[in-house]
Amino acid sequence: MADTTDARSRRIAAAGEPTHKPSAGQTVGPFFAFGLGYPKMHEVGFPHAPGSILLSGTVYDGAGAPIPDAMVEIWGADSDGRISRARGSRRRDDHTFTGFGRSFATDEGHYEFWTRNPGAVDGKAPFFAVIVFARGLPDKLHTRIYLPEDEERLAADPLLASLSDEERATLIATRTPEGNLTHDLRLQGEKETVFIRF
Amino acid sequence: MSFTDSDPSGEEAFSSSVVLEQPAAAPESLLASADMPPQRQITEEIGQLHAEAARREAAGDEVPATLYDFAPYRSSILRHPTKNPRLVDPETIELFSPAFGERDIAAIERDLTLQHSGEPLGERITITGRVLDSWGRPLPNQLVEIWQANAAGRYIHQRDQHPAPLDPNFTGAGRTITNDRGEYFFTTIKPGPYPWKNHINAWRPAHVHFSLFGVAFTQRIVTQMYFPGDPLFPLDPIYNTIRDQKDRDRLIATYDHDLTVPEFSMGYRWDIVVDGPDATWFEPEGSH
Repeated sequence: MADTTDARSRRIAAAGEPTHKPSAGQTVGPFFAFGLGYPKMHEVGFPHAPGSILLSGTVYDGAGAPIPDAMVEIWGADSDGRISRARGSRRRDDHTFTGFGRSFATDEGHYEFWTRNPGAVDGKAPFFAVIVFARGLPDKLHTRIYLPEDEERLAADPLLASLSDEERATLIATRTPEGNLTHDLRLQGEKETVFIRF
Repeated sequence: MSFTDSDPSGEEAFSSSVVLEQPAAAPESLLASADMPPQRQITEEIGQLHAEAARREAAGDEVPATLYDFAPYRSSILRHPTKNPRLVDPETIELFSPAFGERDIAAIERDLTLQHSGEPLGERITITGRVLDSWGRPLPNQLVEIWQANAAGRYIHQRDQHPAPLDPNFTGAGRTITNDRGEYFFTTIKPGPYPWKNHINAWRPAHVHFSLFGVAFTQRIVTQMYFPGDPLFPLDPIYNTIRDQKDRDRLIATYDHDLTVPEFSMGYRWDIVVDGPDATWFEPEGSH
């Protein structure tokens, strides 16, 4: 991934070497719900608005057991590919699309969001940027959930192109007949989700 | 469905064409580790893993500041990825973060001592600091969310089984937005140390959980702030998932007597630095 390293170097070159070392991340722990929860946090888009879809799945551990104390966050463009700069992700007004949502896994490890299909940004394959947190996970994990339809753009995506078919499958959601999206996240083991860093 | 004595496992009752999902375990049952080793063993394992990480780094490996594969923290054993995360060039969406502002938060939410009709028990403290990028530039308009145990070391979370008293005047959750200088301010009470079931006699050092976004989604951070001089630091597997002493030290707030308010509260200062290099991205005026 020489291109990536070059791009990273270019970004550093633009501002000079960082002068401050980043604070280290820590686990979200088991008892985050009362600190991070808020009303309608998983309603990135209003559920009953046209174009609303459900993005959902299960978070699994290395033994294939669901993780009940996980938190999933998504951040994505609107369906026309625009990136929302609207405030109000933490206090929903039921009509503004802010692009950000947060979902706590249920006791069965299930997460879900009401959101919209992100559109292509800069002509690239559309995806949700995703972060997973959990008790027992020492730091955050970044990944992506790509929409399954646009095969041409998926084929042109640098991350997907660098992966085996099996790894690639862990990043592309499944469309249900109802038009919703399902996508499981596996922190470890068979079909382990491909996680990313920047 | 009933099982007979001759088939106590019930295996024959299920035809091979039926796939039964394993029912999810009760979350409380997952909180205790399988082996419950003594502290001595955990401390030894921590030392070994820190030494190994230092060796790998000296050999030129890129080792993350926080170790994902860290068995002394027993619940991480089945929850850490076995493959290294792929280094990718962030796409445009990842170079933005959700926009938060005063609209999202009421000013009073930064005072955790004012959420009930009475005053919480414990040592009243203020915590203040700046949110900075990797070049030391302050980040205004940053959402900072915190949560913590009460003075007795008890979380209000319904699955916390520590038999310490709940405080009817303390919830332990607060949030704020950084000002133009990137500063945040919280008033709260000092949390107590907290027992957990990672190993025999496991206690977490007193800490406050912090959650921040940064100006790019790549900079998102959830971490914990600790208090100076805690004797539990070398014993705690979560604190020690951070392999380097200097990185661990930087999660410890500084007691600042100038922040201490006479006859009212003790003052602590703690800066948070979000990860670059994507902090070089600035939103063009009027775009999006």
